[in-house]
Amino acid sequence: MSILDSKIPEGPLADKWTKHKDTINLVNPANKRNIDIIVVGTGLAGGSAAATLAELGYNVKTFCYQDSPRRAHSIAAQGGINAAKNYQGDGDSVYRLFYDTVKGGDYRSREANVHRLAEVSTNIIDQCVAQGVPFAREYGGLLDNRSFGGVLVSRTFYAKGQTGQQLLLGAYSAMNRQIKRGKIKSHTRHEMLDIVKIDGKARGIIARDLVTGEIERHSAHAVVIASGGYGNLFYLSTYAMGSNVTATWKAHRRGAYFANPCYTQIHPTCIPVSGDHQSKLTLMSESLRNDGRIWVPKRKEDAEAIRAGKLKPTQLSEEERDYYLERRYPAFGNLVPRDVASRAAKERCDAGFGVNKTGEAVYLDFASAIQRYGQEKAYTSGVDNPTKEEITKLGAEVVEAKYGNLFQMYEKIVDENPYRTPMMIYPAVHYAMGGLWVDYNLQTTIPGCYAAGEANFSDHGANRLGASALMQGLADGYFVLPYTIGDYLSHDIRTGKIPTDTPEFDQAEKDVKDRIEKLMGGSGEHSVDYYHKKLGKIMWNKCGMSRNEKDLKEAIEEIAALREDFWKNVKVPGTADSMNPELEKAGRVADFLELGELFAKDALNRNESCGGHFREESVEQDGEQKGEALRDDKNFKYVSAWEYKGEPKDAQLHKEDLIFENIELKTRSYK
Amino acid sequence: MNLTLKIWRQKDAQSQGKIVDYPISGIEEDMSFLEMLDVLNEELITKGEEPVVFDHDCREGICGACSLQINGQPHGPDRLITVCQLHMRSFKDGDTIFIEPFRAKAFPVIKDLMIDRSAFDRIQQAGGYISVNTSGNTVDANAIPIEKEKADDAFAAATCIGCGACVAACKNASAMLFTSAKVSQFALLPQGQVEASNRVLAMVNQMDEEGFGNCTNTGACEIECPKGISLENIARMNREYMKASMKG
Repeated sequence: MSILDSKIPEGPLADKWTKHKDTINLVNPANKRNIDIIVVGTGLAGGSAAATLAELGYNVKTFCYQDSPRRAHSIAAQGGINAAKNYQGDGDSVYRLFYDTVKGGDYRSREANVHRLAEVSTNIIDQCVAQGVPFAREYGGLLDNRSFGGVLVSRTFYAKGQTGQQLLLGAYSAMNRQIKRGKIKSHTRHEMLDIVKIDGKARGIIARDLVTGEIERHSAHAVVIASGGYGNLFYLSTYAMGSNVTATWKAHRRGAYFANPCYTQIHPTCIPVSGDHQSKLTLMSESLRNDGRIWVPKRKEDAEAIRAGKLKPTQLSEEERDYYLERRYPAFGNLVPRDVASRAAKERCDAGFGVNKTGEAVYLDFASAIQRYGQEKAYTSGVDNPTKEEITKLGAEVVEAKYGNLFQMYEKIVDENPYRTPMMIYPAVHYAMGGLWVDYNLQTTIPGCYAAGEANFSDHGANRLGASALMQGLADGYFVLPYTIGDYLSHDIRTGKIPTDTPEFDQAEKDVKDRIEKLMGGSGEHSVDYYHKKLGKIMWNKCGMSRNEKDLKEAIEEIAALREDFWKNVKVPGTADSMNPELEKAGRVADFLELGELFAKDALNRNESCGGHFREESVEQDGEQKGEALRDDKNFKYVSAWEYKGEPKDAQLHKEDLIFENIELKTRSYK
Repeated sequence: MNLTLKIWRQKDAQSQGKIVDYPISGIEEDMSFLEMLDVLNEELITKGEEPVVFDHDCREGICGACSLQINGQPHGPDRLITVCQLHMRSFKDGDTIFIEPFRAKAFPVIKDLMIDRSAFDRIQQAGGYISVNTSGNTVDANAIPIEKEKADDAFAAATCIGCGACVAACKNASAMLFTSAKVSQFALLPQGQVEASNRVLAMVNQMDEEGFGNCTNTGACEIECPKGISLENIARMNREYMKASMKG
């Protein structure tokens, strides 16, 4: 048996979570008052966990690098949150949500975790409505739903294109209530720089006050890491500029295994890169694929003419367009899962059909949706024989009501009006399915150290479906972790306050200070961004949407060399004892330079194509699926959990075999 | 394009700040305003000088971190956007651009263009929530139908990103638009009714304690708000406040 124990409860799938909750140990309310919990990160997972734990009676300390918990990057999630409410009566159920998520993840997630997620999904919506989250409603006053990629039902709840914002503000308000009660101490503009272990257990953190530069010690009986994902490894991504891997990487270095680092989501609909100055990429919500149709010109000459500025997309007739997703995947069409849509866009652009200056863009076109909605609207508002202009105007109004803020964002960035000319989009790094390995209780391989939300690896397998990240973050924070952590803390009721004047804290603080000194002491050849951009290029070119053995081996060498150069030649201006954003970035990039190599190593090990991880050596050779990704269940039906052993190249692989008792493993077809 | 930047530099909260001139060249139209500052910072670092510190994070107009006063206007010349969404095509070759932090007594400068907006958090902590436990043991989400218009208005108020542009735009440095957006969101929803009185009194009280000024209805806040939060919210908060005060 593997040394990894997933602690999945016994019994039938649908009963596991209920039975587990009924049988795990609890901490009585009087004892909760004597127990401290640190939560690192205050996005959907961290914010909701902190609020709930404080509400239960624990003393919670939260840490975030932003100036307020309300700014965590969950705020930028646009499209929606899934829940198996079946309000639309279209055949949805907990089982279907569970099934879609496991299938969408290309059979690389744990059945029991995903089923639990589907079960609690309905509570999330109830909870958020009770908190005053203003979800979109229909005229009858009931909640509205829409559809997302990879599914055949409408189960996505939303608040225009700002669902993440509204849910995060809900969690933030729940936190505020506990801050007011004194049950949460919120430390903003603070960054966790190490985790402190005493007798093998997580007992605190070392944090840097980003305003004063002071290094602080904070103790607790358990530490929850909810610091989000590591997509900024690629430099350009849809993540916030400050999103980083540092908290999870420090936990990894102290003994938490890192699972499936190579599973990264490259989202199909982002605004394409415009030049070298670019600092970040902007997502256009997947919800747009409900109404937008994706295409490139059928003939290469037309694509070339468009690139040269000699032809406009609106000049091409229907027959001259290739709606390649509708052509290749008639059953799901434009709503295939993200990994499939991204690869298909890359395939067309690599074949020479890309449409912007760089040749790396495809169209997302709303013309037919505007016409369709315009006709509907004209009919329902009693306009007889509407002119084409009237229909277009009415249709544009409907589209604006649905996606107004996204269209505005697009226009501000690209300077083109997407109501009149199709949007240009291209895939970009968006989410990390990999993360800290956790068991069913969300505990990492360090006792007392938990990971929630995007920071853990648990629920999305090799590919995340749209509107599932918000669901998982809140499920972990509101409904899972607050139960499971009690089981662990029930053994700590007699421990008492954890002192910080111990050798373990001394050592951890010294390590942190030494590292900062080393970063400040570089010879000063290049800025931090210089290294970050170089790393991003290696990652995108060799570990991006499609990967092969040769590239991955090169990437490993190149990243290791870049890391060595970084430590010798990085230039960090200013001082360590004051506000210094360059120093913050330097510490984060240093960690990315280690993670990058592990990422490539993991991708090299996984010689199969699954979800967001596409290996060129592993494709279907014939039949209906020819050219599509080929999964290898015989050899790779496992979670890769990497143990830190010093240099990333020495990381040791542990395998957690995935057992499917309720779902039959199939080729994932969306045709 | 070539530009002259006049940027507020201030070492820390205790030090005196001043405007420093920085000529910059080779700026492209497609760059965002913050990417232009990235270019400047890269140059400063190469020269061995300290880069300009400013708040920013999502760079897509939703986190509310960025907070620059550009030529006297919060978030610069364009309407309904944050600085991070402002692009250099809004400027022309040869322009001189003043870049300062949002100014208000309640928003002390931390360094250069970075300010401390924790006063906003404290206003929210005073009552910007509905006191339900996060246990999930609530009624079904569809048990209380809510009029679409009301739900949409509550949503519109709730889209405030807490950037502070309203305060920076106001000659009195009033935080009425910010505070009223939260009060309105809950006042418009049935879930928010139970605590409505306490909420508005506590939030307004905290707002005053933080040192924000009073509202004199100039409407500058609404014009500069990147999310278009409406002045109606202030009117609604005033009504709520009156109602609550009468109740005693």
